[in-house]
Amino acid sequence: MSGYLQGIIILVGINLIAVLGVSILTGFTKLFSFGNAGFMSIGAYTCAILTTRYNVPFIVAIIAGAAFAGLVGYGLGSLTLGLQGDYFLITTLGFGECVRVLFEYITPVTGGAKGFSGIPHYTNIWIVLISVILAFIFAWTLTHSKYGRNLTAIREQEVAAQAVGVDTAKNKLMAFVVSAVYAGWAGALYANSLTFLEPKIFNLAKSSELTITTVIGGLGSLTGSFLGTCVVTLLPEIFRSLSSYRMLLYGIAVVVIIIVRPSGLYGYKEFSITRIGKWFKKLGKKAGDAKRRGDVAE
Amino acid sequence: MSEILKICGLNKNFGGVRAIDSFHLQLEEGKIHGLIGPNGAGKTTIFNTVTGIYQPDSGDILFRDKKITNSKPFQIAQMGIGRTFQNIRLFSNLSVLQNVLIASNMDITYNMMQSFLRLPKYKREEEQLCEKAMNLLEIVGLQDLADARANSLPYGHQRKLEIARAVALNPALLLLDEPAAGMNGEESVELVGFIKEIKTRFHLTVLMIEHHMDVVAGLCDHVTVLNFGKTIAEGTLDDVKCNKLVVEAYLGEEK
Repeated sequence: MSGYLQGIIILVGINLIAVLGVSILTGFTKLFSFGNAGFMSIGAYTCAILTTRYNVPFIVAIIAGAAFAGLVGYGLGSLTLGLQGDYFLITTLGFGECVRVLFEYITPVTGGAKGFSGIPHYTNIWIVLISVILAFIFAWTLTHSKYGRNLTAIREQEVAAQAVGVDTAKNKLMAFVVSAVYAGWAGALYANSLTFLEPKIFNLAKSSELTITTVIGGLGSLTGSFLGTCVVTLLPEIFRSLSSYRMLLYGIAVVVIIIVRPSGLYGYKEFSITRIGKWFKKLGKKAGDAKRRGDVAE
Repeated sequence: MSEILKICGLNKNFGGVRAIDSFHLQLEEGKIHGLIGPNGAGKTTIFNTVTGIYQPDSGDILFRDKKITNSKPFQIAQMGIGRTFQNIRLFSNLSVLQNVLIASNMDITYNMMQSFLRLPKYKREEEQLCEKAMNLLEIVGLQDLADARANSLPYGHQRKLEIARAVALNPALLLLDEPAAGMNGEESVELVGFIKEIKTRFHLTVLMIEHHMDVVAGLCDHVTVLNFGKTIAEGTLDDVKCNKLVVEAYLGEEK
């Protein structure tokens, strides 16, 4: 496999892990976060510092990065999840920017704005693939269990969710922590793939990219998130030859997708072989009906 | 007969408006009690205070002799008070079955790890849950629509689904907020039979708000009549019908 292709697969995989986290938070619980790049940043720096300065094994460093991001998510969520929709969003936005600025200031720890270099290149395609599979299975089993049902209940109708005994505060916090852990996990893989970090990689644009990807893929759908990640990560690559116009085309593509399919590529349903089968059957039946009608007309 | 719900001296103000004014209620187990009164009398506010959505300014609410006044809505639901809403609040983008499943989540004891590994416990409990939900849908007559999206159902079915969802919680007390709203005479008659059936089958005590007097007459053992937050009459429907204050509240003062 060529190095370029491997690089692309690694990039899609890392983005997918972060997007799955946002998908659980936004797609299933309808909490919008514009601070998940902050959690990515925390995971990335934790992992980078542990592997570079303390020679901690990579796997342990990834777990530490994800766990630390989750811990910060727990603290932030406990403080802010009582706020309603938009207000919560603003606090996450503030959080993301705070992390960026903080990491620029604490130069002895993070290398500051100059960046953090010399991170060992540990991330390879196998670690990313295993991570993606684990992350996907966990997200799938979570959303296809009572936990996922509680989250969708909050998404659909919060007052009614409480009226049937769903502890909405606890479930929202769980979704937020899971999304922070996923972001930290993705950040950790990213750090040891890039070998160089600077705080501004994880800016507001990165956070909004994660949310845009989730919305394009389709809210409430993990397979949709997968599809969305492929589209959003690959589009700029496909248009690479057009150099400076590529971001323009990328923007247009995003707008077109949202206009044509407002619920996203795969909103509120999962990709399934049986549904595809049913769809073909229906198509076949339609064609058959049309043919019969044609026969009658003759 | 023991009291399942006891409300003493309940007060609730919204700004300068006294929405509930020293409200008292003693509800015996197995009874159906009606709350009636003109619009804005404070009936739904009482429901919202009992279910913890509003905190009362003063007064006590006791459910099975336990004070629930400071509990959160989900805790009150878990204790065994199910409710429906005046303006139907279903999980509209989810299927009919999912709506009932969510309300049955309390029956589940597996944890996140057991679900992640899909252990037999997860499978067994999910199967039991599905079975219970389908049984419940059969009772309300929605079994054929289990996969339909909740907001695609006709209005009457949505009301039934909401009741089914409340019953899936295994409540001891069911609060119904205008179950017959928007129904015609025939549908109301059917609803009366339906509520009676689920009441006996699930051993429920029911507190209901209703404007349709034929529904109230068909179901309620006792009624409380409210006007501007104040209780103006109590007793059987026949008792309160002749009460002067009640007639005035509905029709205005005789000149």
